[in-house]
Amino acid sequence: MTAQSTDIATYNFAYLDEQTKRMIRRAILKGIAIPGYQVPFASREMPMPYGWGTGGVQVTASIIGPDDVLKVIDQGADDTTNAVSIRAFFKKVTNVAVTTDTASATIIQTRHRIPEHPLTADQVLVYQVPIPEPLRFLEPRETETRKMHALEEYGLMHVKLYEDIAKHGRIATTYAYPVKVEGRYVMDPSPTPKFDNPKMHRSPALQLFGAGREKRIYAVPPFTEVVSLDFEDHPFEVQTFDQPCALCAAENVYLDEVILDDHGGHMFVCSDTDHCEKRRNAPTSPLWGGRAEGAGGGLDQSTPHSTPTPAPRADPPHKGEGKEIR
Amino acid sequence: MDIAAQSIEGGFADPVFNAQTVFRAVMDAMARPGSVQPLPPFARPPVPLSAAAGAIALALCDNDTPLWLDPALQASTAVRSWLGFHTGAPLANTPADAHFALIAAPAEMMALDGFSQGTQDYPDRSTTLILHVSDLVSGTPLLLEGPGIETSATIAPAQMPRHFVEQWKQNNKRFPRGVDIILVTADGIACLPRTTRIKTMEA
Repeated sequence: MTAQSTDIATYNFAYLDEQTKRMIRRAILKGIAIPGYQVPFASREMPMPYGWGTGGVQVTASIIGPDDVLKVIDQGADDTTNAVSIRAFFKKVTNVAVTTDTASATIIQTRHRIPEHPLTADQVLVYQVPIPEPLRFLEPRETETRKMHALEEYGLMHVKLYEDIAKHGRIATTYAYPVKVEGRYVMDPSPTPKFDNPKMHRSPALQLFGAGREKRIYAVPPFTEVVSLDFEDHPFEVQTFDQPCALCAAENVYLDEVILDDHGGHMFVCSDTDHCEKRRNAPTSPLWGGRAEGAGGGLDQSTPHSTPTPAPRADPPHKGEGKEIR
Repeated sequence: MDIAAQSIEGGFADPVFNAQTVFRAVMDAMARPGSVQPLPPFARPPVPLSAAAGAIALALCDNDTPLWLDPALQASTAVRSWLGFHTGAPLANTPADAHFALIAAPAEMMALDGFSQGTQDYPDRSTTLILHVSDLVSGTPLLLEGPGIETSATIAPAQMPRHFVEQWKQNNKRFPRGVDIILVTADGIACLPRTTRIKTMEA
Protein backbone atom coordinates (compact mmCIF):
# COMPACT_ATOMS: atom_id res chain seq x y z
CA MET A 1 0.00 0.00 0.00
CA THR A 2 1.51 3.25 -1.08
CA ALA A 3 -1.36 5.54 -0.22
CA GLN A 4 0.98 8.39 0.61
CA SER A 5 1.97 8.79 -3.00
CA THR A 6 -1.43 10.14 -4.07
CA ASP A 7 -3.34 13.15 -2.87
CA ILE A 8 -6.67 11.42 -2.87
CA ALA A 9 -7.39 8.52 -0.56
CA THR A 10 -7.57 5.09 -2.15
CA TYR A 11 -11.33 4.87 -1.76
CA ASN A 12 -13.99 5.26 -4.36
CA PHE A 13 -14.73 8.92 -5.08
CA ALA A 14 -16.67 10.30 -2.08
CA TYR A 15 -15.95 7.17 0.00
CA LEU A 16 -19.24 5.33 -0.67
CA ASP A 17 -19.40 2.49 -3.17
CA GLU A 18 -21.52 3.05 -6.26
CA GLN A 19 -24.36 0.74 -5.26
CA THR A 20 -24.75 2.59 -1.96
CA LYS A 21 -24.79 5.90 -3.82
CA ARG A 22 -27.50 4.64 -6.18
CA MET A 23 -29.61 3.53 -3.21
CA ILE A 24 -29.22 6.91 -1.50
CA ARG A 25 -29.82 8.77 -4.75
CA ARG A 26 -33.10 6.92 -5.29
CA ALA A 27 -34.14 7.82 -1.74
CA ILE A 28 -33.30 11.49 -2.37
CA LEU A 29 -35.45 11.53 -5.53
CA LYS A 30 -38.41 10.04 -3.63
CA GLY A 31 -37.85 12.53 -0.83
CA ILE A 32 -38.01 15.43 -3.28
CA ALA A 33 -41.16 14.00 -4.88
CA ILE A 34 -42.88 13.65 -1.46
CA PRO A 35 -41.80 16.80 0.44
CA GLY A 36 -41.45 16.23 4.18
CA TYR A 37 -41.94 12.45 4.01
CA GLN A 38 -39.13 10.47 5.64
CA VAL A 39 -37.81 7.93 3.13
CA PRO A 40 -36.21 4.89 4.78
CA PHE A 41 -32.73 4.09 3.45
CA ALA A 42 -30.01 1.55 4.21
CA SER A 43 -27.67 3.84 6.14
CA ARG A 44 -24.07 2.69 6.08
CA GLU A 45 -21.35 2.66 8.69
CA MET A 46 -19.23 5.73 8.13
CA PRO A 47 -15.73 6.36 9.46
CA MET A 48 -17.19 8.53 12.23
CA PRO A 49 -19.63 7.73 15.02
CA TYR A 50 -23.38 8.04 14.65
CA GLY A 51 -24.36 11.42 15.97
CA TRP A 52 -21.51 13.14 14.18
CA GLY A 53 -23.44 13.73 11.01
CA THR A 54 -23.29 10.38 9.22
CA GLY A 55 -26.67 11.01 7.57
CA GLY A 56 -25.64 14.37 6.18
CA VAL A 57 -22.27 12.94 5.13
CA GLN A 58 -23.94 10.11 3.19
CA VAL A 59 -26.28 12.54 1.43
CA THR A 60 -23.41 14.88 0.57
CA ALA A 61 -21.27 11.97 -0.63
CA SER A 62 -24.06 10.82 -2.94
CA ILE A 63 -24.68 14.17 -4.61
CA ILE A 64 -21.18 15.69 -4.69
CA GLY A 65 -19.22 15.90 -7.94
CA PRO A 66 -15.75 17.14 -8.81
CA ASP A 67 -17.02 20.63 -9.72
CA ASP A 68 -18.78 21.23 -6.42
CA VAL A 69 -17.59 23.67 -3.79
CA LEU A 70 -18.33 22.41 -0.29
CA LYS A 71 -18.95 24.37 2.89
CA VAL A 72 -19.56 22.62 6.21
CA ILE A 73 -20.94 24.38 9.27
CA ASP A 74 -21.55 23.24 12.81
CA GLN A 75 -24.00 25.51 14.67
CA GLY A 76 -23.16 28.17 12.10
CA ALA A 77 -19.41 27.91 12.64
CA ASP A 78 -16.93 26.78 10.01
CA ASP A 79 -14.17 26.25 12.53
CA THR A 80 -15.50 23.83 15.14
CA THR A 81 -14.56 20.17 15.42
CA ASN A 82 -17.48 18.65 13.54
CA ALA A 83 -17.26 21.09 10.65
CA VAL A 84 -13.48 20.85 10.35
CA SER A 85 -13.50 17.03 10.46
CA ILE A 86 -16.22 16.63 7.86
CA ARG A 87 -14.60 19.21 5.59
CA ALA A 88 -11.28 17.38 5.93
CA PHE A 89 -13.02 14.07 5.24
CA PHE A 90 -14.47 15.30 1.95
CA LYS A 91 -11.22 17.00 1.01
CA LYS A 92 -9.56 13.62 1.44
CA VAL A 93 -12.09 11.40 -0.33
CA THR A 94 -13.21 13.74 -3.15
CA ASN A 95 -10.53 16.40 -3.52
CA VAL A 96 -13.26 18.98 -4.23
CA ALA A 97 -12.81 22.66 -3.46
CA VAL A 98 -13.91 23.64 0.03
CA THR A 99 -14.81 27.08 1.26
CA THR A 100 -16.15 28.94 4.25
CA ASP A 101 -17.80 31.56 2.05
CA THR A 102 -21.53 30.91 2.01
CA ALA A 103 -22.12 32.62 -1.33
CA SER A 104 -19.55 30.61 -3.30
CA ALA A 105 -20.50 27.17 -1.98
CA THR A 106 -22.63 24.84 -4.14
CA ILE A 107 -23.24 22.31 -1.35
CA ILE A 108 -23.53 23.42 2.27
CA GLN A 109 -23.64 20.67 4.84
CA THR A 110 -25.02 21.99 8.08
CA ARG A 111 -25.43 20.91 11.64
CA HIS A 112 -28.29 22.91 13.12
CA ARG A 113 -28.15 26.30 11.42
CA ILE A 114 -29.14 27.92 8.15
CA PRO A 115 -26.58 30.52 7.06
CA GLU A 116 -27.52 34.18 7.45
CA HIS A 117 -26.54 34.92 3.85
CA PRO A 118 -29.54 34.19 1.62
CA LEU A 119 -29.20 30.96 -0.33
CA THR A 120 -29.63 30.75 -4.10
CA ALA A 121 -31.09 28.29 -6.57
CA ASP A 122 -27.59 26.99 -7.36
CA GLN A 123 -27.06 25.74 -3.82
CA VAL A 124 -28.05 22.59 -1.97
CA LEU A 125 -28.35 22.67 1.81
CA VAL A 126 -27.70 19.28 3.46
CA TYR A 127 -28.84 18.95 7.08
CA GLN A 128 -27.45 16.52 9.60
CA VAL A 129 -30.43 15.17 11.50
CA PRO A 130 -30.31 13.29 14.82
CA ILE A 131 -34.02 12.40 15.28
CA PRO A 132 -35.97 12.81 12.04
CA GLU A 133 -39.35 11.86 13.49
CA PRO A 134 -41.07 14.98 14.92
CA LEU A 135 -43.57 12.78 16.77
CA ARG A 136 -40.98 10.47 18.32
CA PHE A 137 -40.88 12.04 21.79
CA LEU A 138 -44.67 12.02 21.87
CA GLU A 139 -45.12 8.49 20.51
CA PRO A 140 -42.15 6.14 20.74
CA ARG A 141 -43.56 3.40 18.48
CA GLU A 142 -42.53 3.65 14.83
CA THR A 143 -45.60 1.62 13.81
CA GLU A 144 -47.81 4.29 15.38
CA THR A 145 -45.98 7.36 14.09
CA ARG A 146 -46.00 5.89 10.59
CA LYS A 147 -49.77 5.46 10.84
CA MET A 148 -50.12 9.01 12.13
CA HIS A 149 -48.23 10.36 9.12
CA ALA A 150 -50.26 8.13 6.78
CA LEU A 151 -53.54 9.43 8.21
CA GLU A 152 -52.26 13.01 8.57
CA GLU A 153 -53.14 12.74 12.26
CA TYR A 154 -51.10 15.47 13.93
CA GLY A 155 -53.38 16.32 16.86
CA LEU A 156 -50.75 15.08 19.30
CA MET A 157 -48.27 17.70 18.13
CA HIS A 158 -50.79 20.47 18.66
CA VAL A 159 -51.52 19.11 22.14
CA LYS A 160 -47.80 19.29 22.89
CA LEU A 161 -47.62 22.92 21.78
CA TYR A 162 -50.79 23.66 23.73
CA GLU A 163 -49.27 22.15 26.88
CA ASP A 164 -46.32 24.50 26.40
CA ILE A 165 -48.72 27.40 26.51
CA ALA A 166 -50.57 25.99 29.52
CA LYS A 167 -47.32 25.56 31.45
CA HIS A 168 -45.23 28.51 30.29
CA GLY A 169 -47.73 30.96 28.85
CA ARG A 170 -46.14 30.67 25.43
CA ILE A 171 -44.86 28.01 23.04
CA ALA A 172 -41.58 27.18 24.77
CA THR A 173 -40.15 25.05 21.96
CA THR A 174 -37.11 26.95 20.74
CA TYR A 175 -35.36 24.47 18.46
CA ALA A 176 -36.48 21.52 16.30
CA TYR A 177 -39.70 23.49 16.03
CA PRO A 178 -42.17 21.37 14.00
CA VAL A 179 -43.19 22.57 10.55
CA LYS A 180 -45.83 21.48 8.07
CA VAL A 181 -44.52 21.02 4.56
CA GLU A 182 -46.76 21.88 1.60
CA GLY A 183 -49.84 21.43 3.78
CA ARG A 184 -49.31 17.71 4.29
CA TYR A 185 -46.41 16.26 6.28
CA VAL A 186 -45.31 17.52 9.68
CA MET A 187 -41.53 17.55 9.60
CA ASP A 188 -38.70 18.04 12.06
CA PRO A 189 -36.46 20.77 10.63
CA SER A 190 -33.59 19.16 12.63
CA PRO A 191 -32.48 20.94 15.82
CA THR A 192 -32.07 24.31 14.15
CA PRO A 193 -33.19 27.22 16.32
CA LYS A 194 -36.72 28.24 15.40
CA PHE A 195 -35.09 31.52 14.36
CA ASP A 196 -34.18 29.72 11.11
CA ASN A 197 -37.61 28.24 10.37
CA PRO A 198 -38.78 31.19 8.24
CA LYS A 199 -35.70 30.77 6.03
CA MET A 200 -36.93 27.31 4.99
CA HIS A 201 -40.19 28.69 3.64
CA ARG A 202 -40.03 29.03 -0.15
CA SER A 203 -36.23 28.89 -0.08
CA PRO A 204 -34.75 28.99 -3.60
CA ALA A 205 -32.26 26.30 -2.55
CA LEU A 206 -32.98 22.58 -2.43
CA GLN A 207 -32.90 21.30 1.18
CA LEU A 208 -31.96 17.67 1.88
CA PHE A 209 -32.03 16.03 5.31
CA GLY A 210 -30.05 12.91 6.28
CA ALA A 211 -30.41 10.95 9.51
CA GLY A 212 -27.75 8.23 9.60
CA ARG A 213 -28.53 6.40 12.82
CA GLU A 214 -32.29 6.59 12.24
CA LYS A 215 -31.88 5.69 8.55
CA ARG A 216 -34.13 8.33 7.04
CA ILE A 217 -33.74 10.85 4.22
CA TYR A 218 -36.19 13.63 3.55
CA ALA A 219 -36.29 16.78 1.47
CA VAL A 220 -37.86 20.16 0.91
CA PRO A 221 -37.78 21.20 -2.75
CA PRO A 222 -37.20 24.87 -3.63
CA PHE A 223 -40.18 27.24 -3.34
CA THR A 224 -42.10 24.91 -1.06
CA GLU A 225 -44.46 26.01 1.70
CA VAL A 226 -42.87 25.38 5.09
CA VAL A 227 -45.15 26.62 7.86
CA SER A 228 -44.26 26.50 11.54
CA LEU A 229 -47.13 25.07 13.60
CA ASP A 230 -48.87 27.55 15.87
CA PHE A 231 -52.25 28.78 17.11
CA GLU A 232 -54.25 31.81 16.05
CA ASP A 233 -53.91 33.38 19.50
CA HIS A 234 -50.31 32.23 19.91
CA PRO A 235 -48.72 32.84 16.54
CA PHE A 236 -45.27 31.54 15.73
CA GLU A 237 -42.49 33.93 16.69
CA VAL A 238 -38.72 33.76 16.30
CA GLN A 239 -36.20 34.55 19.01
CA THR A 240 -35.16 38.17 19.34
CA PHE A 241 -32.04 39.51 21.00
CA ASP A 242 -31.90 42.79 22.87
CA GLN A 243 -28.35 43.55 21.84
CA PRO A 244 -26.42 43.14 18.59
CA CYS A 245 -23.46 40.82 17.99
CA ALA A 246 -20.59 41.89 20.27
CA LEU A 247 -18.06 41.47 17.46
CA CYS A 248 -19.75 42.77 14.32
CA ALA A 249 -22.78 44.63 15.69
CA ALA A 250 -25.15 42.66 13.47
CA GLU A 251 -28.80 42.81 14.37
CA ASN A 252 -31.54 40.36 13.47
CA VAL A 253 -29.11 37.45 13.37
CA TYR A 254 -28.89 34.43 15.63
CA LEU A 255 -26.44 34.91 18.50
CA ASP A 256 -24.46 32.40 20.56
CA GLU A 257 -23.43 33.02 24.14
CA VAL A 258 -19.67 32.75 24.66
CA ILE A 259 -18.43 32.32 28.24
CA LEU A 260 -15.27 34.34 28.79
CA ASP A 261 -14.17 33.63 32.35
CA ASP A 262 -15.19 32.07 35.64
CA HIS A 263 -16.80 35.24 36.94
CA GLY A 264 -19.89 35.41 34.78
CA GLY A 265 -18.18 37.26 31.94
CA HIS A 266 -19.79 36.41 28.64
CA MET A 267 -20.65 37.91 25.31
CA PHE A 268 -23.14 37.28 22.54
CA VAL A 269 -21.72 36.82 19.07
CA CYS A 270 -23.02 35.74 15.66
CA SER A 271 -23.52 32.01 15.44
CA ASP A 272 -22.71 32.27 11.71
CA THR A 273 -18.92 32.80 11.74
CA ASP A 274 -18.68 33.46 8.02
CA HIS A 275 -21.32 36.19 8.24
CA CYS A 276 -19.59 37.74 11.27
CA GLU A 277 -16.13 37.71 9.70
CA LYS A 278 -17.43 39.20 6.48
CA ARG A 279 -19.02 42.05 8.37
CA ARG A 280 -15.92 42.71 10.43
CA ASN A 281 -13.76 42.74 7.32
CA ALA A 282 -16.26 44.50 5.05
CA PRO A 283 -16.10 46.10 2.66
CA THR A 284 -12.40 46.22 1.89
CA SER A 285 -11.60 42.57 2.53
CA PRO A 286 -10.54 40.49 -0.46
CA LEU A 287 -12.60 37.72 1.13
CA TRP A 288 -15.69 39.67 0.36
CA GLY A 289 -14.73 39.96 -3.29
CA GLY A 290 -16.59 43.22 -3.77
CA ARG A 291 -19.98 41.58 -3.43
CA ALA A 292 -22.33 43.97 -1.73
CA GLU A 293 -25.69 42.27 -1.64
CA GLY A 294 -26.64 40.46 1.50
CA ALA A 295 -23.51 41.61 3.26
CA GLY A 296 -25.49 42.75 6.18
CA GLY A 297 -23.52 45.97 5.73
CA GLY A 298 -24.32 48.66 8.19
CA LEU A 299 -20.81 48.94 9.61
CA ASP A 300 -19.37 52.42 9.50
CA GLN A 301 -16.12 52.17 7.62
CA SER A 302 -14.63 55.22 9.27
CA THR A 303 -14.64 53.70 12.73
CA PRO A 304 -12.49 50.59 12.74
CA HIS A 305 -14.34 48.06 14.80
CA SER A 306 -12.39 46.52 17.61
CA THR A 307 -13.52 43.70 19.79
CA PRO A 308 -15.00 45.23 22.90
CA THR A 309 -14.04 43.96 26.29
CA PRO A 310 -17.31 42.62 27.53
CA ALA A 311 -18.33 43.24 31.07
CA PRO A 312 -20.65 41.08 33.13
CA ARG A 313 -24.20 42.27 32.81
CA ALA A 314 -26.64 42.45 35.66
CA ASP A 315 -29.34 41.12 33.37
CA PRO A 316 -27.85 38.74 30.84
CA PRO A 317 -29.88 38.27 27.67
CA HIS A 318 -31.03 34.79 26.96
CA LYS A 319 -32.47 32.84 24.09
CA GLY A 320 -36.10 33.66 23.60
CA GLU A 321 -35.93 36.74 25.73
CA GLY A 322 -38.00 39.74 24.90
CA LYS A 323 -41.10 37.61 25.11
CA GLU A 324 -43.77 38.65 27.50
CA ILE A 325 -45.29 35.93 29.60
CA ARG A 326 -48.95 36.54 29.30
CA MET B 1 -23.18 -6.16 -34.63
CA ASP B 2 -24.38 -9.27 -32.88
CA ILE B 3 -26.45 -9.11 -29.75
CA ALA B 4 -23.68 -10.22 -27.43
CA ALA B 5 -21.48 -7.31 -28.47
CA GLN B 6 -24.43 -4.87 -28.42
CA SER B 7 -25.26 -5.79 -24.87
CA ILE B 8 -21.74 -5.14 -23.64
CA GLU B 9 -20.86 -1.91 -25.43
CA GLY B 10 -22.29 1.52 -24.81
CA GLY B 11 -22.05 1.76 -21.05
CA PHE B 12 -20.65 4.70 -19.10
CA ALA B 13 -17.06 5.50 -20.10
CA ASP B 14 -16.45 6.83 -16.61
CA PRO B 15 -19.01 5.09 -14.37
CA VAL B 16 -18.45 7.09 -11.16
CA PHE B 17 -18.52 10.59 -12.59
CA ASN B 18 -21.01 9.95 -15.39
CA ALA B 19 -23.47 8.46 -12.90
CA GLN B 20 -22.99 11.49 -10.64
CA THR B 21 -23.61 13.93 -13.50
CA VAL B 22 -26.73 12.08 -14.64
CA PHE B 23 -28.06 11.88 -11.08
CA ARG B 24 -27.54 15.59 -10.45
CA ALA B 25 -29.43 16.38 -13.67
CA VAL B 26 -32.32 14.16 -12.53
CA MET B 27 -32.20 15.61 -9.00
CA ASP B 28 -32.28 19.19 -10.31
CA ALA B 29 -35.09 18.33 -12.72
CA MET B 30 -37.09 16.63 -9.95
CA ALA B 31 -36.50 19.55 -7.56
CA ARG B 32 -37.53 22.07 -10.24
CA PRO B 33 -40.38 20.49 -12.18
CA GLY B 34 -40.76 21.83 -15.70
CA SER B 35 -37.14 22.97 -15.93
CA VAL B 36 -35.19 21.26 -18.68
CA GLN B 37 -31.82 19.92 -17.54
CA PRO B 38 -29.24 19.13 -20.21
CA LEU B 39 -27.97 15.56 -20.23
CA PRO B 40 -24.88 14.69 -22.27
CA PRO B 41 -25.17 11.37 -24.16
CA PHE B 42 -23.02 9.30 -21.82
CA ALA B 43 -24.59 5.96 -22.76
CA ARG B 44 -25.15 4.31 -26.14
CA PRO B 45 -27.88 1.74 -25.63
CA PRO B 46 -29.38 -0.26 -28.51
CA VAL B 47 -32.47 1.25 -30.18
CA PRO B 48 -35.28 1.81 -29.34
CA LEU B 49 -33.90 2.71 -25.88
CA SER B 50 -32.78 6.34 -26.02
CA ALA B 51 -29.35 7.50 -24.88
CA ALA B 52 -30.75 9.67 -22.08
CA ALA B 53 -33.12 6.98 -20.79
CA GLY B 54 -30.28 4.46 -20.94
CA ALA B 55 -28.03 6.80 -18.98
CA ILE B 56 -30.68 7.28 -16.29
CA ALA B 57 -31.13 3.51 -16.04
CA LEU B 58 -27.37 3.08 -15.61
CA ALA B 59 -27.23 5.81 -12.98
CA LEU B 60 -30.16 4.68 -10.83
CA CYS B 61 -30.95 1.01 -11.45
CA ASP B 62 -29.30 -2.09 -10.07
CA ASN B 63 -30.24 -5.51 -8.75
CA ASP B 64 -32.48 -3.88 -6.11
CA THR B 65 -34.78 -2.22 -8.64
CA PRO B 66 -37.14 -4.32 -10.75
CA LEU B 67 -37.56 -2.71 -14.17
CA TRP B 68 -40.63 -2.74 -16.36
CA LEU B 69 -40.25 -2.28 -20.10
CA ASP B 70 -43.09 -1.23 -22.37
CA PRO B 71 -43.91 -3.60 -25.27
CA ALA B 72 -41.69 -1.69 -27.72
CA LEU B 73 -38.64 -2.15 -25.48
CA GLN B 74 -39.65 -5.58 -24.24
CA ALA B 75 -39.64 -6.78 -27.86
CA SER B 76 -35.98 -5.93 -28.26
CA THR B 77 -33.64 -8.67 -27.06
CA ALA B 78 -30.75 -6.25 -27.46
CA VAL B 79 -32.29 -3.73 -25.05
CA ARG B 80 -33.10 -6.40 -22.47
CA SER B 81 -29.64 -7.87 -22.54
CA TRP B 82 -27.97 -4.42 -22.51
CA LEU B 83 -29.92 -3.40 -19.40
CA GLY B 84 -29.26 -6.80 -17.84
CA PHE B 85 -25.54 -6.62 -18.46
CA HIS B 86 -25.02 -3.02 -17.34
CA THR B 87 -27.46 -2.66 -14.47
CA GLY B 88 -28.20 -6.20 -13.28
CA ALA B 89 -31.77 -5.08 -12.71
CA PRO B 90 -34.37 -7.86 -12.83
CA LEU B 91 -37.39 -7.40 -15.09
CA ALA B 92 -40.62 -6.86 -13.19
CA ASN B 93 -43.38 -9.41 -13.78
CA THR B 94 -46.09 -6.76 -13.68
CA PRO B 95 -45.98 -2.95 -13.83
CA ALA B 96 -47.14 -2.88 -10.21
CA ASP B 97 -43.90 -4.62 -9.13
CA ALA B 98 -41.63 -2.15 -10.91
CA HIS B 99 -39.45 0.47 -9.23
CA PHE B 100 -38.68 2.01 -12.59
CA ALA B 101 -40.55 1.73 -15.88
CA LEU B 102 -38.95 2.53 -19.21
CA ILE B 103 -41.48 3.58 -21.79
CA ALA B 104 -40.44 4.16 -25.41
CA ALA B 105 -43.96 4.79 -26.76
CA PRO B 106 -45.84 6.89 -24.17
CA ALA B 107 -48.72 7.56 -26.58
CA GLU B 108 -49.62 3.88 -26.38
CA MET B 109 -48.81 3.26 -22.76
CA MET B 110 -51.11 1.76 -20.16
CA ALA B 111 -52.84 3.93 -17.55
CA LEU B 112 -50.70 5.53 -14.83
CA ASP B 113 -52.69 3.79 -12.10
CA GLY B 114 -51.52 0.41 -13.36
CA PHE B 115 -48.08 1.09 -11.92
CA SER B 116 -47.14 0.82 -8.27
CA GLN B 117 -48.52 3.82 -6.39
CA GLY B 118 -46.84 3.09 -3.07
CA THR B 119 -48.90 2.74 0.07
CA GLN B 120 -50.26 5.38 2.41
CA ASP B 121 -47.66 4.23 4.98
CA TYR B 122 -44.81 3.98 2.45
CA PRO B 123 -45.62 6.28 -0.47
CA ASP B 124 -42.00 5.99 -1.61
CA ARG B 125 -42.65 2.42 -2.80
CA SER B 126 -43.98 3.61 -6.13
CA THR B 127 -42.87 3.35 -9.73
CA THR B 128 -40.81 6.09 -11.35
CA LEU B 129 -41.75 6.30 -15.02
CA ILE B 130 -39.12 7.21 -17.61
CA LEU B 131 -40.93 8.38 -20.74
CA HIS B 132 -39.28 8.89 -24.13
CA VAL B 133 -40.66 12.02 -25.75
CA SER B 134 -39.35 13.49 -28.99
CA ASP B 135 -39.19 17.01 -27.55
CA LEU B 136 -40.55 19.26 -24.81
CA VAL B 137 -41.84 22.11 -26.98
CA SER B 138 -44.12 20.83 -29.73
CA GLY B 139 -46.89 19.11 -27.76
CA THR B 140 -49.84 20.49 -25.84
CA PRO B 141 -48.50 23.13 -23.42
CA LEU B 142 -48.80 22.14 -19.77
CA LEU B 143 -48.87 24.95 -17.21
CA LEU B 144 -47.24 23.61 -14.05
CA GLU B 145 -47.51 24.67 -10.42
CA GLY B 146 -46.39 23.19 -7.14
CA PRO B 147 -43.29 22.65 -4.99
CA GLY B 148 -40.08 23.48 -6.81
CA ILE B 149 -41.78 26.03 -9.07
CA GLU B 150 -41.50 29.69 -8.08
CA THR B 151 -44.66 30.87 -9.84
CA SER B 152 -45.41 28.66 -12.82
CA ALA B 153 -43.55 26.73 -15.50
CA THR B 154 -44.58 25.52 -18.91
CA ILE B 155 -43.47 22.51 -20.90
CA ALA B 156 -45.08 21.04 -23.99
CA PRO B 157 -43.95 17.44 -24.28
CA ALA B 158 -44.86 15.72 -27.52
CA GLN B 159 -46.50 12.27 -27.74
CA MET B 160 -47.75 12.12 -24.19
CA PRO B 161 -50.04 9.34 -22.93
CA ARG B 162 -53.72 9.56 -23.83
CA HIS B 163 -55.84 11.69 -21.48
CA PHE B 164 -52.65 12.64 -19.71
CA VAL B 165 -53.94 15.77 -17.98
CA GLU B 166 -56.93 13.88 -16.60
CA GLN B 167 -54.75 10.96 -15.52
CA TRP B 168 -52.30 13.33 -13.86
CA LYS B 169 -55.07 15.02 -11.88
CA GLN B 170 -56.03 11.62 -10.53
CA ASN B 171 -52.38 11.02 -9.72
CA ASN B 172 -52.33 14.31 -7.76
CA LYS B 173 -55.42 13.28 -5.85
CA ARG B 174 -53.76 10.09 -4.65
CA PHE B 175 -51.03 12.10 -2.85
CA PRO B 176 -48.91 11.08 -1.01
CA ARG B 177 -49.28 7.97 -3.19
CA GLY B 178 -48.66 8.27 -6.89
CA VAL B 179 -46.08 7.91 -9.65
CA ASP B 180 -43.32 10.33 -10.62
CA ILE B 181 -42.37 10.92 -14.25
CA ILE B 182 -39.02 11.65 -15.89
CA LEU B 183 -39.44 12.90 -19.47
CA VAL B 184 -36.39 12.29 -21.63
CA THR B 185 -35.50 13.77 -25.00
CA ALA B 186 -32.33 13.43 -27.05
CA ASP B 187 -30.50 16.18 -25.17
CA GLY B 188 -32.35 16.99 -21.98
CA ILE B 189 -34.74 15.82 -19.29
CA ALA B 190 -37.65 17.30 -17.34
CA CYS B 191 -39.53 15.84 -14.40
CA LEU B 192 -43.08 15.74 -13.14
CA PRO B 193 -43.03 14.64 -9.50
CA ARG B 194 -46.42 13.68 -8.02
CA THR B 195 -46.70 17.08 -6.31
CA THR B 196 -46.76 19.02 -9.59
CA ARG B 197 -50.19 20.27 -10.58
CA ILE B 198 -51.14 20.89 -14.20
CA LYS B 199 -53.29 23.96 -14.56
CA THR B 200 -55.70 23.72 -17.40
CA MET B 201 -54.92 26.45 -19.92
CA GLU B 202 -57.75 28.66 -21.02
CA ALA B 203 -58.51 27.90 -24.64
